[in-house]
Amino acid sequence: MAALGSPARTLRGLLRELRYMNAATGRPYRDTAAYRYLMKAFRAHRVTSEKLCRAQHELHFQAATYLCLLRSVRQHVALHQEFHGKGERSVEESAGLVGLTLPQQPGGKGWEP
Amino acid sequence: MALGHWEEALAVWIRVKNPRLPGVRKEENEERKRFYQNVSITQGEGGFEINLDNRKLKTPQAKLFTVPSEALAIAVATEWDSQRDTIKFYTMHLTTLCNTSLDNPTQRNKDQLIRAAVKFLDTDTICYRVEEPQTLVELQKNEWDPIIDWTEKRYGVEIGSSTSIMGPSIPARTREVLVSHLASYNMWALQGIEFVVAQLKSMVLALGLMDLQLTVEQAVLLSRLEEEYQIQKWGNVEWAHDYELQELRARTAAGTLFVHLCSESSTLKHKLLQD
Repeated sequence: MAALGSPARTLRGLLRELRYMNAATGRPYRDTAAYRYLMKAFRAHRVTSEKLCRAQHELHFQAATYLCLLRSVRQHVALHQEFHGKGERSVEESAGLVGLTLPQQPGGKGWEP
Repeated sequence: MALGHWEEALAVWIRVKNPRLPGVRKEENEERKRFYQNVSITQGEGGFEINLDNRKLKTPQAKLFTVPSEALAIAVATEWDSQRDTIKFYTMHLTTLCNTSLDNPTQRNKDQLIRAAVKFLDTDTICYRVEEPQTLVELQKNEWDPIIDWTEKRYGVEIGSSTSIMGPSIPARTREVLVSHLASYNMWALQGIEFVVAQLKSMVLALGLMDLQLTVEQAVLLSRLEEEYQIQKWGNVEWAHDYELQELRARTAAGTLFVHLCSESSTLKHKLLQD
């Protein structure tokens, strides 16, 4: 059987991920549908450490898989932002690399809105 | 004026197609901004639906987005709700899997999906061994042999491993047994299974995940065994190794969860337990 650890740990991890996801919004993470569903599922099956019930093990496995999903997506996005998120340099920045500046043309170039 | 779903998409498309619009950098051009406040779930005739504000979510082929499982609907809604300024579709793996199942863009039937998955056995990562260096040979033996043994016992088949350049030779009977096992899954679950097999490059590891033998982290580690070995030896490059690792974990986790949530037996059992 897969080494899942304790259900309490999985739940704590899930709640932490939900907290991170909702940190930027004003909304508390306890208001989300995901939180309500998870708490209902964990309470309803009162998962203990004894692997007696196969259904309990299945649910714990699904919870652990979801935790892995949330965690890895968060870390992937963070890595993307840090290393691959900058996009192209603007024309001003590119000129600045070699010590040049763009010409100023007061009055615009004529085709700008 | 409130813009509808399609007007908004058209407005973005116009900006993307017109690079002369000032102040828009390439990156901003290619991502949609989050255009909705609230994400909610409702239950319709075909299953659970996702609402972005008061518009129903549709698939890329404009079908109504419905999923058979409440847990899956909540997870998809959470994906949409967790987008901030821009919508990063490349992180929304569950949504993508649902869209694939609803639209079936490659137009494959059940048979073709199963055959596509089982075909991976011929070049299954954990059956295809190196001959050197000796430490890697040992590592592959110690980590991969137990999984093969377990799978062989569980399904009563022969799989084995090989160092031949042709790969392992899988007996026809093994193929038949696995094909008929996969046939017991429904179309949605099969899309998920084929996805996981393609990500991990291993049918055996995918079976381990479906049978609750391996966690996603374990399966990904086993799939990337040689990479991890090289990383230990030569060092880790965060922007490449970690990036790929997290992406593989995310996709594998999404695919695995998708299969479990779409497999009727687990949904049924869940319902029974709740009553």
